[in-house]
Amino acid sequence: MSATPYRTPVVSKVKLETILNMYRRGMRTDNRDLYSPRNLNVQVGVIEKANGSALVKLGNTQVIVGIKLGIGRPFEDTPNEGVLQVNSELVPMASPLFEPGPPDENAVELSRVVDRSLRDPKAVDLGSLVIRPGEKAWVLWIDIYVLDYDGNYFDASMLGVMAALMNTRVPDYEESESGEIIIKKDSPGTPLKLNKRVVLVTTAKIGNYIVVDPNLDEEALAESRLVLAFDEQGTVVGAQKTGSGAYSVDEFYRAVEISRSAAQVYFKLLDSALQKNQGG
Amino acid sequence: MTSESKRYVVVPGEKVSVTKAPEGPYIYEFQGEKRVSVVGLVDSKPEETSFIPIKGFYVPREGDVIIGLVTSHGASNWFVDINSPYQAVLSIYDFFGVRQGGTLPDDPFNYLHVGDFIKARIVTFDRIRNPILTVQDKELGRIVNGTVITVKPAKVPRIIGRKGSMLETLRQGTGCDFFVAVNGRIHIVCANEALQEIAVMAIEMIESQSHTTGLTERVKRFIEEERKVRGV
Amino acid sequence: MKQRPEKFFDEHGNRLDGRQRDEMRPVDINIGVLSNADGSALVSYGKTKVIAAVYGPREPTWRYNVLPDRASLYVRYHMAPFSTEERKSPAPTRREIELSKVIRESLEPVVMTELFPRTAIEIYVEVLQSDGGTRTASITAASAALADAGIPMRALVGGVAIGKVDGVLVLDLNEVEDNFGEADMPVAAAPDLGLITLFQLNGVMTLDELKEGTDMALKAIERIVEKEKQALRESATEVEAL
Repeated sequence: MSATPYRTPVVSKVKLETILNMYRRGMRTDNRDLYSPRNLNVQVGVIEKANGSALVKLGNTQVIVGIKLGIGRPFEDTPNEGVLQVNSELVPMASPLFEPGPPDENAVELSRVVDRSLRDPKAVDLGSLVIRPGEKAWVLWIDIYVLDYDGNYFDASMLGVMAALMNTRVPDYEESESGEIIIKKDSPGTPLKLNKRVVLVTTAKIGNYIVVDPNLDEEALAESRLVLAFDEQGTVVGAQKTGSGAYSVDEFYRAVEISRSAAQVYFKLLDSALQKNQGG
Repeated sequence: MTSESKRYVVVPGEKVSVTKAPEGPYIYEFQGEKRVSVVGLVDSKPEETSFIPIKGFYVPREGDVIIGLVTSHGASNWFVDINSPYQAVLSIYDFFGVRQGGTLPDDPFNYLHVGDFIKARIVTFDRIRNPILTVQDKELGRIVNGTVITVKPAKVPRIIGRKGSMLETLRQGTGCDFFVAVNGRIHIVCANEALQEIAVMAIEMIESQSHTTGLTERVKRFIEEERKVRGV
Repeated sequence: MKQRPEKFFDEHGNRLDGRQRDEMRPVDINIGVLSNADGSALVSYGKTKVIAAVYGPREPTWRYNVLPDRASLYVRYHMAPFSTEERKSPAPTRREIELSKVIRESLEPVVMTELFPRTAIEIYVEVLQSDGGTRTASITAASAALADAGIPMRALVGGVAIGKVDGVLVLDLNEVEDNFGEADMPVAAAPDLGLITLFQLNGVMTLDELKEGTDMALKAIERIVEKEKQALRESATEVEAL
C-alpha cells in the first residue's frame, strides 16, 4: 500500500517567490545555474572492513556506500553469474523527515532504481563473479546509507555506488577438499570488473522550470522529479518519475535533454573528485 | 578585547565562578559549586565575570518578539513554527483583534495561510502548555514584503555583532532594512531583488564563516563587490 | 569469522595490535559532521567508527509517549550492514535493542530532561565500522552530539570497555579480544561528577579484578572525556572572534 505523504516540510511562500525570481534570471539560491549540480566530494576506502566503500558529499547531502562480497548460490535462471543485491537505508539521523524502522517506500524505491540502472546495462560484470556455475558465486551486496539529506539522494547514492565499485576488490579464495569455498582474509584480491559506469541525474520541475540536482527546498517545492540513468555514451539505462505531479510531453523531453548533458558533468565531477582523493 | 579581559570556552560539567549569566538553565549547582550545562564563553573582566552560551536552540520567553512560520491550523487557531522545541499557537481572536473591537470573518483561515511568516510576541509560556502568541501591536502581524531567512539561533549575536556593528555594516552596505528576531529568523526588506540576494548571501556568509576574524571587513567588501558586479 | 589466537600477548607482553595492556587505541572526535541534525559527532576508537546525531528537544512525532514533567529520550543504536566482517542484516537485532536501552540509561543521568517537559530528544547512533567497543564509543559520540546540540547537561559522559584475555585485564578491547577473551566489561562515566552511568559485565571476574578493571576504565574515561572537551572547545572557538 502506498499513501500520499503526510510528513512534508512547509516551505514558506516568500522562499518560493525568491527561488522563482532567481530562476527567472537563471540563478539559484545556492550559487549555481539551473543545470549545474552542486559540488562533489568523494572519499574512497573509508570502511576498511568492507571490500569497497565511498563517502560522497553532493552539496550538504552525504551518502556512504559499503560493498561486501560473500559466498552464495547463483540464481537458477542465471547459473553463470554472481548475485547483485542493492539495499538502501534512509537512516533517521539524516533528516527530521526520516523515521526509524524498516526501509519505507522511498528507501525501497531508491534501492530498486539503483539496482535496475546497474543490472540492465550490465554495469557490473556479474559473469566474473561466478565460482562454480549453478553452485557457488559471489554475492555482491551494495549498501547505501544516506547520512545527511539535503535533497537528491538518488544522484548522490549512484555516485557513491560507482566510486565504491571502482574501489572494490574481490578477495582471493581457496577450495577445501569437501568443496567449501574459503575466503582468504587480508588477501590482496583482484579489482572488481566493471563493464561500464552509470550515473543518475535527477531534475525537479518547479513552476515552468526544470532544474538539475535539486536541494532540499527545491525538492519540497517540486511538483515532480525525473530520475534518469545514463551511461558514458549518453544511452538511457533506467528511469523513474517520482513525486505526485505530472509532466507535459514538452516538459518531459526538455527534462530528458537537460539530464543527458548533466550526466556528462557528473562523470567529469566524479573523475576529478576521485583524482583529488587519490592525490590527497 | 581589552587587555584585562580574559575569554575562554567552557563545556558541560566544568566549574565556573560567574557573576552574570543570562536567564536559563546554563549554570547549575553541584555539591555547592557552580557548573555550566552548555558549551559557552566565560568573559572574565575585573568588574564582572559573565557567561555567554554559544551552542543551543531558542527557548521561548514571555515578551520576546519572534518570527514564526505558519504550518497548519486547528478549529480556532494557527500552529506556528518558531524555530524552538515548542510549537506556538496564535488564536484567530487575537489575529483579528476581537478583544480590541475587531470582527471575526466567516473564513478566518483565508487571511493567514500555511507558509506565511508572522512577526509576533510571546504572551505566555510556562513549558506546560504551548507558547501563546499575539500580533496585536505595532509592527506585528503577517509579513507582507521582503524575505525571511532562518539561521541557527546561536549565530544571532554574530549577525548583530559587537554593539550592533555587523548589522550596521549590512544596513549601510545594502541599504536594506533588517529585523533580527531572537529565534534566529531575519526579516529583510530591500529596494530591489538584486540587493535582497546580496543581503541574503552576506548573512549566509556570516553564518558559515562566523569562526573567522576580520569578518565585518570582509562582509563589507563582499557587499561592495557584489553591487559592482550586479550594477546596483 | 576470525580465528581464536593462540596467545593474546607477545613475548614482550604486548597485545596483538602492539598495545600495552592499559593502552587505549587512538581516539578521534569530530563535532558537527552533519548539517541537518541539531548536533552530531563522529568518534573513532582505532578502527571502530561511530556517528551520532541528535534532534531536539522537539515535539515528539510519536504522540503517545509524552512525559508531562520532562523530555523523553529516544536512542537508536544501529549497525550499518557493512560495519561488520560478515554483512549484517539491517533489521534490528536483540543485541541492538538492548544496547539502545543501556546507552539511553547511560545518558539520562546527565541530560537535564526536566527543563523541557513534553518534548523528545532523539539520539541516533550508527556504527559505521565495528572493531570492538562500539557501545562505549557510541556513548562518547552521543554525549558529544548532545553538547553540540546545546542540550543542557550536568556533565559529559565517556565510555570504554575493559576485557580479560589470557587471565589479564586489558583496556579498550578490540574485536578479537572481545570475541575470544574471557570477559568484556563496558563502563561509562561522567568524570566531572564522579558518576558511573553504564556498567555491564559479560564474563567472569574475581571481585579484585572487577575493582581493578573499574579503576582502569575510570582513568581512561577521564582522558576520553578530556578529548571530548577539547573537540567541543575547538568547535566553539568561532565565537571567541566575536
